[in-house]
Amino acid sequence: MLDHLAARVNGDANLVRRGRFVNTSFLIAIDNADHIVRIEHGRIASVTPGPFITPNYAFALRAPREAWEKLWSEKPIPGFTDLFALVKKKLLRIEGDLHPFMSNLLYFKGVLAAPRRGAAVATRSGGAA
Amino acid sequence: MSPRFEPAIGRYLHLDLLGRPHRLYVEEAGQGIPLLCLHTAGSDGRQYRGLLNDARITANYRVIVFDMPWHGKSSPPAGWENEEYKLTSRDYVRMILEVSAALELDKPVVMGCSIGGRIVLHLAHEHPEKFRAIIGLESSPKVDPYYDVSWLHRPDVHGGEVSAGIVSGLVAPTAPEEGRWETLWHYMQSGPGVFKGDLHFYMIDGDISDKLDTIDARRCPLYLLTGEYDYSCTTEGTLEVARRTGAEATIMRDLGHFPMSENPEKFIGYLLPVLEKIRAGREASAA
Repeated sequence: MLDHLAARVNGDANLVRRGRFVNTSFLIAIDNADHIVRIEHGRIASVTPGPFITPNYAFALRAPREAWEKLWSEKPIPGFTDLFALVKKKLLRIEGDLHPFMSNLLYFKGVLAAPRRGAAVATRSGGAA
Repeated sequence: MSPRFEPAIGRYLHLDLLGRPHRLYVEEAGQGIPLLCLHTAGSDGRQYRGLLNDARITANYRVIVFDMPWHGKSSPPAGWENEEYKLTSRDYVRMILEVSAALELDKPVVMGCSIGGRIVLHLAHEHPEKFRAIIGLESSPKVDPYYDVSWLHRPDVHGGEVSAGIVSGLVAPTAPEEGRWETLWHYMQSGPGVFKGDLHFYMIDGDISDKLDTIDARRCPLYLLTGEYDYSCTTEGTLEVARRTGAEATIMRDLGHFPMSENPEKFIGYLLPVLEKIRAGREASAA
């Protein structure tokens, strides 16, 4: 599901500009499958699939595969259009040191919208995710 | 493009509000039945630009939009630097009544969105006789907190950008990009702590669940319009209000939490029939 994440984010100049001060690692969990995303100056430097023995990351976003699939469908249905929609439904848990996430919220929403099916590179940066 | 002015006129109204002198920014356009519009939390009256500029509405309605104190071009009252802004149901109701009285509005139609969509339910409960009709946009009886609102006001996070980030997903994914980003721009410009202060009403103080059954839409016609993509004020919440009050509810396709600013043209298509019904009601009662 995250195959195109780096290419889509790094190919979106506006999104990279929005995240130019972001240098962090965060974890995306799809069911129990962990991935650590390393970001340097707004660009995705690496997406490393787990499992990990001693994972090192600032914050994690954990949701069932079905929730991610709905969020990343080409035309998400009402109630599954946004990270906070999933949080409100208690399908997504965002945990850890949230400061990098909240202080760059539009950027991270853009990053987390990038896996959306049919999403073109360089659109929707910071929009619904 | 040849230069042109919009028909709306903006002025500053000086009045005592909640017992203190205030300087409130008010815009209006059109003539006829007064339509008093209430913006969402952490934003301002610019959200209603589409209505102020639509001749189909302003031909029969005097559209009036004010920026609440602390919002838009309405400054906070003198001494604000020594207090924390927190909107309450009691103050919000009083503010609307006092602004309406200061403008000498004769039984206006009041229309509010989100926090405005909630407070109009309080108006329907406490003061139905003062209004010709009430329109709730994105109305729900309550919204439980689903994130830590302290992120909205702290010196190490940009308040405007985080506020826009919080609400960005409430815009329908089908909204035009221009409407989406105009809506978010308003949030980016809100003063420090203002969105958070409004959410005190939205998420804590303004819960009207236990009073809904005593609202009677026969005493003052109550119309509810809610965007299908709104996950904050949900369509289920709106339909619950309709079921318990007798209000007429419509779920609006392709719209989210900010119908009037994210996609004005689409929203006005839903609003016009409501305004026509209200106008027909007045003509019927005058006949």
